[in-house]
Amino acid sequence: MSELLHLPLEALHVELGAKMVPFAGYSMPVQYGLGVMKEHLHTRAAAGLFDVSHMGQVILRGADYQAVAQAFEALVPVDVAGLGLNRQRYGYFTNQAGGIEDDLMLANRGDHLFVVINAACKDADIALMRAGLPAGVTLEVIEDRALLALQGPLAEDVLAGLNPAVRAMRFMDVADLDLAGATCWVSRSGYTGEDGYEISVPADAAEDLARALLSDERVEAIGLGARDSLRLEAGLCLYGHDIDAHTSPIEAGLGWAIQKVRRTGGARAGGFPGAARILSELDGKAPRARVGLLPEGRAPMREGVELFTTAEGGHPIGRVTSGGFGPTVGAPVAMGLVARDHATVGTQLYGEVRGKRLPVTVVTLPFTPANFKR
Amino acid sequence: MKFTEDHEWLRIEGDLVVVGITEHASTQLGDVVFVELPEVGTMVAAGDEIVVIESVKAASDIAAPLDGEIVEINEAIVDEPSKVNADPLGEAWFFKMKVDDLSLLDQFMDEDEYKDLVD
Repeated sequence: MSELLHLPLEALHVELGAKMVPFAGYSMPVQYGLGVMKEHLHTRAAAGLFDVSHMGQVILRGADYQAVAQAFEALVPVDVAGLGLNRQRYGYFTNQAGGIEDDLMLANRGDHLFVVINAACKDADIALMRAGLPAGVTLEVIEDRALLALQGPLAEDVLAGLNPAVRAMRFMDVADLDLAGATCWVSRSGYTGEDGYEISVPADAAEDLARALLSDERVEAIGLGARDSLRLEAGLCLYGHDIDAHTSPIEAGLGWAIQKVRRTGGARAGGFPGAARILSELDGKAPRARVGLLPEGRAPMREGVELFTTAEGGHPIGRVTSGGFGPTVGAPVAMGLVARDHATVGTQLYGEVRGKRLPVTVVTLPFTPANFKR
Repeated sequence: MKFTEDHEWLRIEGDLVVVGITEHASTQLGDVVFVELPEVGTMVAAGDEIVVIESVKAASDIAAPLDGEIVEINEAIVDEPSKVNADPLGEAWFFKMKVDDLSLLDQFMDEDEYKDLVD
C-alpha cells in the first residue's frame, strides 16, 4: 500500500487528542477525547467542527459558466445549467449501466463550476471528468485549500461571530467570505442533517480558522466516527456503501436530484450515462429500493447483514448497506437495499446477525428530522 | 486480580471466577451500546466466544478464559451497556463461572504484567 497522505490540520488533531486512522488513503481523526457518542450528541445540540480536507475540490472553467455547465451535464443527470448564481446542488456521476460512480456537490460560482467529490473516488472522478469534458473546459484540482464543516443548531451563531454575513445565507447558498483573515468559499450545507456550513479555506490559514472556531465554547472537534452516525441518522448515503457503481440513483431514492428539465419530456432530457435505465426507473420500475431499517432489539445491524421476510428459511431479499447505533435515536438504526416488493414502510423483515434472525421494521428516512435553514 | 491477553480481568469470589473487561479494553472499544451474555448453566471451554460486545464502532467477542460452567450473568449491563465504559472493573462485570481448578488462574498475568502489555 502507498504512503498515507497527511492533511494541513493533522498536528492540530493530534494536539486535540484525536485518534488518527487511515481513511481513503489519508490520516484522519476518527474521534477525539469525547468519543463518538458524545461528539454526535454535541453536534445535534450545539456545533461540531469537522475536518473534511480529504475530499476533492475541483474548479472547472470554460468560455463562461453556461459552457461549462452544459458540458458537465453529459456526466450527471442534474440541471447544472439552470443552477442559480452562487447556489449549490447535490448530484452524482452515473455510468453506462445506470449505476453511480460517485456523488458530489456542485456550485455555480459565476465564472466557474466548483465541484466537491469523495476522497476515495477522487482520482477516478478526475479521470472521468478529463475524459468526458471537451477540450474547451479546463479542470483545476485544488490542492492548497483545506475543507472544514461547522455543523449543528448553533453553527450560525458561532460562525456569525467571525463574519455576520453568514446569517443571510440560506441552505445551499455559496459565498466568498472573510473568516479569521482569509477569504473562504463558504456554503450553507453539510452531511449531518443539521444546519451548518462547509468552508473551503487556504491551507495556510486553516489552522487559524479552526482554532478561532474551537475557541468558542459551543464548538467541539468531531471525528469521522460521529460524522458517519450523524449522516446515517439523517438518511444520507455514503458512497461505496449505500450507493455504488451497481446501484442506480432511483433504487437509492435519489431521483429527487434529477430536475424536471433532465427527465423524459424535459428540454434537456437524458444525455447522461445510463439515462435509458435511470429515466425508465423513475416511473416506479426500480427493482430495489433503499429503505430505513429500525431493528427491534438493541443489537446493531451493520453493513452486510442479509435481510429475509421470514424468521426461518427463504432467500435474502436485501441487505443492510449502513448500520450502527444512532445516539440521537438511542437505538440501533440502519439503511438497506431491498427488493421493491418489501420496501413499504411498516414491512417486517428479519436481519441475520451472528446466525440469528432478528426482527427489523422498514421505516421512513431520515431517523432524525432535517434542521436546514431553507 | 488476574488479566488475560484478551483484556479480560478475572477475580476469585469464593469458589467462583468473576470475569469482566479492563479499562484499557473499554476505552479501545469506545461507547458500548450492546452486550449479549451466555445463558446461565452453559458449559464452556476456554477460548469459546461467549460474549458479544458492540460499540458505536464495531462488534467484538469475549472468550471464556477457562473451562467451566456459567453460573451467573450481569443483566444490568445488558439493560444499560454504557456501564461497561463507566465502571468496567466494578459494576460492569460480565459473568461468574465455576471452574474445576482455581489454580489454573496462575497462568494469567498479574496487574504489573498486564500494565506492561498495554503501555
